[in-house]
Amino acid sequence: METLEPIITSHPFFKDLDKKYITLVTGCASNVRFDGGKFIFREGEEAHQFYLIRQGKVAIEIFTPDRGHIVIETLDEGNILGWSWLIPPYQWHFDARALEATRAIALDGKCLRKKCEEDHDFGYEFLKRFAHIMEQRLAASRIQLLDLYDVRT
Amino acid sequence: MTFEHEVATKVAVPDGLPMAPRPFVIRRTRRETYDTFTLELESTIKTKPFSFAPGQFNMVYVFGVGEVPISISGDPDNMDKLLHTARAVGTVTKRMSALGKGDVLGIRGPFGAAWPLAEAKGKDVVIVAGGIGLPPLRPSIYSIMRNRGEYGRVCLLYGARTPSDILFPREMETWRKKHGIDVFITVDRSMKGWKGNVGVVTTLIPKATIDPLNTLAMIVGPEVMMRFSALELLKRGIDPATIYVSMERNMKCGIGLCGHCQFGPHFICKDGPVFPYNRIKELLMKREI
Repeated sequence: METLEPIITSHPFFKDLDKKYITLVTGCASNVRFDGGKFIFREGEEAHQFYLIRQGKVAIEIFTPDRGHIVIETLDEGNILGWSWLIPPYQWHFDARALEATRAIALDGKCLRKKCEEDHDFGYEFLKRFAHIMEQRLAASRIQLLDLYDVRT
Repeated sequence: MTFEHEVATKVAVPDGLPMAPRPFVIRRTRRETYDTFTLELESTIKTKPFSFAPGQFNMVYVFGVGEVPISISGDPDNMDKLLHTARAVGTVTKRMSALGKGDVLGIRGPFGAAWPLAEAKGKDVVIVAGGIGLPPLRPSIYSIMRNRGEYGRVCLLYGARTPSDILFPREMETWRKKHGIDVFITVDRSMKGWKGNVGVVTTLIPKATIDPLNTLAMIVGPEVMMRFSALELLKRGIDPATIYVSMERNMKCGIGLCGHCQFGPHFICKDGPVFPYNRIKELLMKREI
């Protein structure tokens, strides 16, 4: 049977990751599909997965009573979705909704957390990779906050 | 500095009297967004066609109000009409936005260095535009489209504040469909009904399908956006010598005499506005200038 290993290996997030760790990650991976409009997760729910988006577009949103759903950012092919599975209390801080039919690989966070605890080399490698994504998203959010294109007179 | 860049700088100063505005009549006005407009101008001196290179700007004079530097946003091969796209933000541009067909403006120019389109030939091209940074890049896009076969992959990455701030949306669709230009658009703030990307323009850079070792990049936008875009392009492996930015300062005379637009050892009006990133990257980090 064909496994998800080739897809995981070719993803930039897992670039140059030791083969034994790739096998470990593959053991926690499954294929998932979301129809357009469907929520992948909602704020406050338990966070026990993250996703490698293979196709489609996902909106990271927050709901406000007066303005409804506010899209903070969108993610698409090649992006990683979700890091709350890695940090206690393992709860999503935002909603994630598929804007169109979206295919992804879901990685079981509980399974990976256990493996990270058992093998700290693996855990450190994983944290480094997620820290890089967090740094990129934080920098992007900070630039977004500057509202650079606003009129200044 | 490239040969073409040097040439562009040298041809920047217009013939005759560079401080004397030439009268141009408004033939057409077009509202691009709620605060941005395009004026289509025609020289009243028919014997003297107006030519410019993509990236250059004019000093546009609203008689009795004032003069402002505005990039040329039209087709460099169409010398019959001169296009300027501006945002109504200050005294002069607000008054300019209220002008109509038949009104006359004073034009001095074209001034400044051009985009290195000859150097880009045979290469992939990444164009990164933020906000009102798209109009100064449009002449280059027209030029590339006209000679499409001479360039590799061409990718336009455009970031706007909101969906209603997006400039030239129909035109961008034509560039994508008919001219093989990959167009990616993102907005900083979403609005109801918007199905496109949300996030800063730098997040689009990984989407550009280019050969980093054979790519030329052109960036226009707020300075912070250009700095971060250049850094992202460098992360993709693009040679800093092939990254160009268009700078903006308080241009007044347009010919490097008054010193208002001094940027370290450079005058933006004469040595720029287009600069190789390599040449000014240290200056971009100096807060004093």
